[in-house]
Amino acid sequence: MTTRTIELPPAKRPPAPGLRRPSHVVADSVTMLNRNLLHMIRYPGLSVFTIVGPVVILLLIVFVFGGTLGAGLPGVDPAGGRAAYLAYVMAGILVITLAGTAGGTATTVSMDMTEGITARFRTMAISRAAVLAGHVLGNTIQGIIAVALVLGVGVAIGFRPTASPVEWVAAAGMVALIAYAISWLGVAMGIQAKSVEVASNMPLVLTLLPLLGSGFVPTDSMPAGLAWFAQYQPFTAFIETIRGLLLGTPLGVNPVLAVGWCLVIVLIGYVWSAANYDRKSVRS
Amino acid sequence: MTTPAIDVRGLRKSYGAHVVLDGVDLNVPPGTVFALLGPNGAGKTTIVHILSTLIRADAGRALVAGFDVRREADSVRAEIGLTGQFSAVDGLLTGEENLLLMARLRHLGAKRSKTRVAELLEQFDLVEAARTPLATYSGGMRRRLDLAMTLVARPAVIFLDEPTTGLDPRSRRTMWDIVRGLVAQGTTVLLTTQQLEEADQLADHIAVLDGGRIVANGTPDELKRLVPGGHLRLRFADAVALDSATQLLDGSQRDDTGLVLSVPSDGGVGALRTVLDRLDRAGLEVADLSIHTPNLDDVFFALTGKAQRAGRVDTKGTAS
Repeated sequence: MTTRTIELPPAKRPPAPGLRRPSHVVADSVTMLNRNLLHMIRYPGLSVFTIVGPVVILLLIVFVFGGTLGAGLPGVDPAGGRAAYLAYVMAGILVITLAGTAGGTATTVSMDMTEGITARFRTMAISRAAVLAGHVLGNTIQGIIAVALVLGVGVAIGFRPTASPVEWVAAAGMVALIAYAISWLGVAMGIQAKSVEVASNMPLVLTLLPLLGSGFVPTDSMPAGLAWFAQYQPFTAFIETIRGLLLGTPLGVNPVLAVGWCLVIVLIGYVWSAANYDRKSVRS
Repeated sequence: MTTPAIDVRGLRKSYGAHVVLDGVDLNVPPGTVFALLGPNGAGKTTIVHILSTLIRADAGRALVAGFDVRREADSVRAEIGLTGQFSAVDGLLTGEENLLLMARLRHLGAKRSKTRVAELLEQFDLVEAARTPLATYSGGMRRRLDLAMTLVARPAVIFLDEPTTGLDPRSRRTMWDIVRGLVAQGTTVLLTTQQLEEADQLADHIAVLDGGRIVANGTPDELKRLVPGGHLRLRFADAVALDSATQLLDGSQRDDTGLVLSVPSDGGVGALRTVLDRLDRAGLEVADLSIHTPNLDDVFFALTGKAQRAGRVDTKGTAS
């Protein structure tokens, strides 16, 4: 009978009774974040897709529909329609970019759940917070990068923001907060989904919401019921805040609403994730 | 008396009306291999999931390395490793990156992580594939990587849930060798298997699980003793010879279609010689002879009243 020598490290000393094990939440969160960033670098396909989609919509809508749509905006000289529409639609495109990252988040989370690695983490005393933080922070970073790139394309085709340095910082902060909130929702959907395919499709509804808001046309132009929904849904607050910060359009209470919505979405995402995490991570 | 590595009393678990575990008791001394043997749906994986803190039992008490799996889950987690029947690896990373991830999560420190990962790659024959993506790994390689990930730290208790299911015979032997090597260093192993041979090969102690209950519990030899002794199988060329032999040998059972006679025997050389001598004196020619010693298949059959089969059929008649 052959015996293969697998050398084990020396046995640990048992911890003194009553001594709590040190918590490693922060260190573990960093490890999990690094893992997610490594995934993005190793397999950039998913990340590229989240940028390509919004850029295609941007080009299509500005160059194909922009002339006509811009001419219909209130107070716009029909001759300068396309440039005016590019300015108007940019905030909507940026928010669509952020909404689109939820699909990537949900997909990666679902892969972890179905491949059983989440269950492995659970048998290793790694806190749920660290595992989820890795996903959420990784995707927040991805969302911010995607927005920066899409904005770059916008500037290249003639978008001219008028923001002051303070407004730029505020806009960046708003983008980061929205990215963070949407990542939580993506994580929750990824945990909920039974398969990776379902997970990648679930957040599509989020990319539809900016269309049903003030992203592409002013909400006043919609039928009464839809206009009411469009006015009060979170994405309109996000879009109006970013547009106001970049272009100096009136902000009103939108920044407050936007931050409030973000906090509500984070809470929903967290509670939804926590409710399913233990149960859904075990393959039976 | 030393603390048992695993101590389970009256474990119960149901999903709705479906009872998965119906009062299971287990006691595994440290440094031994304990096999849970049973068909699909017997509750093996559920036991492993409860002991590795993944799911909670409805009732009963379970201690692993002296810690309660429910109240002291984090202490249990620091002492255990689990390698399941589906390898839980990060398919987007390389083998080396997977091991480094585990080393970081076990807080080994940069230098020790590096040396430990290099050691494991070497010992598990993964050096060449260390930096290639997992997509190129075979089933056996993934399973080895999975186990290597479990062994980054030194777990006191390792759970192996059907560790060789779906592996080719060579990878299976390698896995067995690895398990023996671990136990030689004092690790406790609880493994589940549907393969009787695997339990026989590896385990010091076997519990046969059927329908959420332990129907037998003992060493492989003790279990084999539970079933009626072995027998000799004698095949004859024709029915006339079979007739004569049946009359000659007491307690024998004939099978007319195969022209085979089963003669109870302890499998020893003396008993064999006696039988052959008697046949010789009567001038009867034996076409074919085999000695059948009781194996765990017989045990399983005797205990559960049914042969080992791939899938259990529930009351609705659908395979589960």
